[in-house]
Parts: sequence; structure tokens; C-alpha cells
Amino acid sequence: MHKIIEKTYLQDIVVRMVFEAPEIARKRKAGQFVVLMIDDKGERIPLTIVDSDSEKGTLTIIFQIVGKTTTCLAQLSAGDYIKHVLGPLGHPTEVENFGTSVCVGGGVGVGVVYPIAAALKKKGNKVISIIGARTKDILILEEEMGKVSDKLLVATDDGSYGFHGFVSAVLQNLIDSGEKIDRVFAIGPVPMMRVICNVTKPYNIKTIVSLNPIMVDATGMCGACRVSVGGRTKFGCVDGPEFDGHEVDFGLLMTRLRMYCDQEKQSMDMCRCGENGK
Amino acid sequence: MENKEEKAEKKEKKEKIPRQAMPEQDPKARIGNFDEVPYGYSEEVAMLEAKRCIQCKKPGCIPGCPVDVDIPGFIKLIAEGKFIEAAWKLKETNALPAVCGRVCPQEDQCEKVCILGKKGDPVAVGRLERFAADYERATGKIEIPKVAAPTGKKIAIVGAGPAGLTIAGDLVKVGHDVTVFEALHKAGGVLIYGIPEFRLPKAIVDAEVDYLEKLGVKIVFNAAIGRLKTVDDLFAEGFHAVFLGVGAGAPVFMNVPGENISGIYSANEYLTRSNLMKAYLFPKYDTPIVKGKNVAVIGGGNVAMDSVRTALRLGADNAYIIYRRSKKEMPARIEEVHHAEEEGVQFNFLTNPIEYIGDENGWVKQMVCNRMELGEPDDSGRRRPIVIKGSEFTIDVDIVVVAIGTTANPVIPRTTPGLDVNKWGYIVTKDGTGETTRMGVYAGGDIVTGSATVILAMGAGRQAAKAIDEYVRSL
Repeated sequence: MHKIIEKTYLQDIVVRMVFEAPEIARKRKAGQFVVLMIDDKGERIPLTIVDSDSEKGTLTIIFQIVGKTTTCLAQLSAGDYIKHVLGPLGHPTEVENFGTSVCVGGGVGVGVVYPIAAALKKKGNKVISIIGARTKDILILEEEMGKVSDKLLVATDDGSYGFHGFVSAVLQNLIDSGEKIDRVFAIGPVPMMRVICNVTKPYNIKTIVSLNPIMVDATGMCGACRVSVGGRTKFGCVDGPEFDGHEVDFGLLMTRLRMYCDQEKQSMDMCRCGENGK
Repeated sequence: MENKEEKAEKKEKKEKIPRQAMPEQDPKARIGNFDEVPYGYSEEVAMLEAKRCIQCKKPGCIPGCPVDVDIPGFIKLIAEGKFIEAAWKLKETNALPAVCGRVCPQEDQCEKVCILGKKGDPVAVGRLERFAADYERATGKIEIPKVAAPTGKKIAIVGAGPAGLTIAGDLVKVGHDVTVFEALHKAGGVLIYGIPEFRLPKAIVDAEVDYLEKLGVKIVFNAAIGRLKTVDDLFAEGFHAVFLGVGAGAPVFMNVPGENISGIYSANEYLTRSNLMKAYLFPKYDTPIVKGKNVAVIGGGNVAMDSVRTALRLGADNAYIIYRRSKKEMPARIEEVHHAEEEGVQFNFLTNPIEYIGDENGWVKQMVCNRMELGEPDDSGRRRPIVIKGSEFTIDVDIVVVAIGTTANPVIPRTTPGLDVNKWGYIVTKDGTGETTRMGVYAGGDIVTGSATVILAMGAGRQAAKAIDEYVRSL
């Protein structure tokens, strides 16, 4: 059982949650994730660890409300409990002084790229961050990202704040301006990561993406999370979650993420009706 | 002392009682539910079956059992109507009798060497074991044996599957402080995520785990050793020995084109969703599973049978087994194949998939297969399947389950210095002890042998328990 210490809505549908998990907090490194189950009837969902406090023994996650599990999770408050938390899972981010590193975060992916940017900064990188959202109201972690970046660029799809357009265009402009970039970390919706990789590929800038395939056990046992990287099958949970973005088959990832669309809808409908006693 | 004549007469009399059948759910009804298929013996039938045992002076069945159950002993108690005593007798050597009575391949073990089997049918050891264990659970007269005085030695068991649970029970009884670390949120390993409810009700596994906890075994859930803590960390925390019973958990795929498109599951995923996460009860439980109309399961083992029978229960119109050899070479238990046949599973022998074709949404719609023929025997002793040239054909499918085996999960070997593995990634151990190349670290079950049976893993747990007990007492 993991007690929730704090819950805040960063935006209408984006929640930041801090809960107790002392052993995981001690071990966890940037880029790793947990799998949580709200209760014994729940589903196992992977969520990247955004931050941890080894002294307080807490983990921070940021999630967007997209389906039944995230809806139910958002309904919990400080003092409530999450039944099961497994982690830390996956390989930590490879953090070195690469020189100039660009961290691109889109939507709730900003929460995932934040600990990586912080770790890169600590290692001595010049960190340029590009964060984006559909519109100003749903942009998250601007202040936090600013603190761990040498330069922070913001974009919104509708132009309500910062650059009017996609984060990929901001990255392209940065490259065009002559900035020498040694490594790019891109985390966000799959189409965003794909476009970022298309931008960096002609310049041979190594681009690391963090993938979010569907998982069940997340310990390498089931293969639900298989992704194609460089033409070879990899498991997102134990081989990832980070991969060389230029090698990833994003089309396959998107298709596999849609596998349970119908069931997810059914589950959501049930959730609203409260028919299953939650 | 009985003379030879009398003994022969006694044997003849026993042979007149036929092997007692277990009543079962009707195949047509049972494919509409996940309830257990056989109902088990009644008290009368169990006593009748138990009376068939001739109580050999030198029983072959005991050495035929990987955990040395006193088979004639517990059967004699059943014959005398002492059912609860029979259950306790079983528990002396077998921590999981209700499980073993259901899933052990008795036909290859105790029942294979039963003297009655030479002329007729062997004593139904498995069914009797199940009867006694179920009787104990149903009556609630579960005896918790006294454990020995604390030795002060701490032992960590990694993995709460059959090997880990057996060793935990053995070591706690002799007074050691035993903690089991389990990566999942429930104990049982393959018993809970792999074997379906209709073959092994989960309440039984829960009861056996509960019994171990009452004995004093501590179980820590959601503890992924290798990630949360390494084996080194466990020693640093004060454990005197570590047993690795982590199973051969990684699924094997065929690496044929199209295998990653939607609708294609590993058997591990398909069964984990259905059994552990209870996706067959979706949306009462949150984890979904896609219920196909035309489901093909690739493979011929018990896991393939479990998968294909699950597909039927989830509502498939057509549930196929696709197996590259013939019926004779199938590794599945005869009983499971028989149940699958009764339930309407369609067997496609000498057939091998070579490609999967998706529809416009990237969902599998067809599998391309080759017809095979059998050539010379290979290393496994079974005749090698050979492709018949030009035999390609397609089968319409919307769900495929790949059940061709599992392999070692590398997380623990990679994070444990000094632990040697063989070329397949399985942990190297000294025969009969489970001793690895790392001092104080023992291993057993599928992570040593590759995928095998529940009872062999339990046998390995039993052997390692003896070795660990000696080791920690010598410290």
C-alpha cells in the first residue's frame, strides 16, 4: 500500500501526484518508470517517474486523464492509497556530458523529459529545452523546466503562447540558426517523437525517445510491449523504455497502441456509470 | 506374513475394481464458463479407488515422485476413510498437494511405474491426491505443523512460483527466517498467471499460499529483484542465503514477418491477462483481452492447450491448434489434448506459420502456413518436421497466440556478479543441490532447466532446501 501525499491538477486533465514508495525512491534513476495498480481489480499501467525524494521516500508522477485507470487515479486524494507499485523498471537514461543536449517535451511528455533535463544539466550539459502543448492552458512544468535549462523555448499549436506551431519547427529553427547539437531527447505523443526524429535524422543528431507501449507485467514476461527497433523486436519494458529514435518503427507502435480502443471505451463508459462499484 | 499365493489372490481381487473415473463438466456446457472441468472424487469413489492400491513392499511410485510423497501411505489412509490424515501425510513432503493432484503429469511419474499399470490401469494417484487435499481445504481442518525453534538464519527466496513456495515451506519448518520476494502482486508464479481457472482454481493456489504464510513465510509483493534490489543488496541486508526460482519467463516468438501486428499475443500475455488480471471478467476487472472469432494457437504443449481452451471460453467460433509435427509428438498431457478435443478445438497438425498478414488497420487477418512432413529424429528424439515445398496455404484468423515456449529472463543474471549462466541464459547449478557458481546463491526450477513442469520445479526446490539448510547451519 502506497499512501498518496499530494495531488495537484496541473491542468484540467493533467495531474501531478506524490506518493510513498521509499525503496523505489532510493533506487530510482532518471528515465525509469513504475507500474501501478490502484486496487486488486485494477489494470497495470506504466508511468514514468518524474521525480523522487529518497529522504521523504516519495515518488512523483504526472499523468494525463485518458481512460478508466487514470480517471480513477485522479479521483484519489492525499491520504488515499494506491494498492500496488512495482519499480523502478526499465533502463535509466544514459546521462553523460554530451555537450549541448536538447530536451523536447510535448504535452504530458514534458513531465517525463524533466528529470532527464535535470540529470543532463547536473552532468554539465548545455541544456536547451523545447516544450509544447496544444494550447497555453495545458502547458505544464514551464517554471521547473526553466530552472534546469540554459535556454527554454515554448511552443503552442494554436499560438496562444510562445512560438505558434509544433516543437519540431522550433527544433528545426534551432538547427537552422547554427546551434551545434550533440544529442536530442524527445518525449511526447508518438507523432511528435516521429516528426522530431525526421528533423534530426538528416543531421545525424542522435535522438533518444522514450516509448510508451501497452504493458502488462512490465518485467519482460509477456511481450505486450514489443516494439520494432532497427528491424529487431525489442521489449519496451526491459530493453527500453528509451531507444534510438532513428531506428524505431513508429507506425507499428501507433497501431499497437490502438489495440484496445473498443475495450477502453467500454471500460470508460462503465466507469462513468459506476456500475462496477468503484 | 502372507504367502505368495495369498498375495497373488489379493492382487487379483484388487484388479477387479476398475480405475475410477472422475465426473466432469459436460464439454458443451463448460466452454461457456471458466469453472473447473473435473469435479473430483466423492468419498465413496475415493475409497474404492484407494482400495485398488496393493501396498507394494517396495513401491515404485515413491521414487517416481520428484518430491518423494509417501504414496502408498496416504492412499492406505484414504482406503480406511481417514481422509484428513491422508491430507496431512501428503503435506509432510508436498507443500502443494491440491495443485499437484491437478497439474502433475502423473502418467509420466508415479502412475507410470505403478505395478497395476503393467496389466491394467494404474492406481489414480493424482485423483486421490486431489481428493485428500480438497477434503482438507473443504473441511477447514488445516493443520499448521509446529515449526522448529528459530535458527537465526535469514533466507531470501526470489520468485513465489512452485520452486520458491516449496523451498520456503521446507526452510521455514526447520526454523529459518524466510522471506519470498515476488515481482507480481500475487503469489503462485505460473500457477496464478499461467494455468487457467478451469484447470486450477485460483482459490486453491491462494489457500496453499495462505498455509505457507501461516507457517511463518513472509511474502513481499511487487519486488522486482534485479531492479528494486540486487542479490548483492539482499546479502547486504543480512540474508545468509538466496534462492533464485524466477522461472523461464521470457516468451519466445518465431521471428516471422508480421508477428508484431495487432492481434498476435504471446501465450504468456494471453494467459496473464486472462488468469492473473482476470480479463475474462472484463469489464468487472479493468484489464481487457481481445476475444477473437477465429483464434489460432501455435504450439503443441500444455500452454498451447490452456490458451486454445481459454479462447473457446472467451467465445471463439473457431479455435485452432497449429502444430508443426503430428499428434504423436505433442508434448501436451494426453488428458489436456483429450479435453481440448471434446471441447471442439480444431487440430492442424504438420502445419507451420511463416507469415502474418494484417488488414488496413494493422490487425491480423490471415496467417500463411506451410504443410510439413516428418523426417529423421532430431536432438529431442522426435522426428524433425520438414517443409513440403509449394504447400503454402492461408488460414483466416483475428487472434493468434504464440505458445512455442519460453526462455530465461536475463535481469537477475545480469545484475548478479559471479553467477554463471549457460549459452541459453539458464543458471548453472551443481546437480542435486541447486548450488550456483556464486557462494550462498542457489537456484532451481525453470531458470535452471528451461521450461519444465510444476512438480520438477518443486523437486528442485526440495533439493535446494536441503543444501541451503546445511549451508546456513555451517556459517
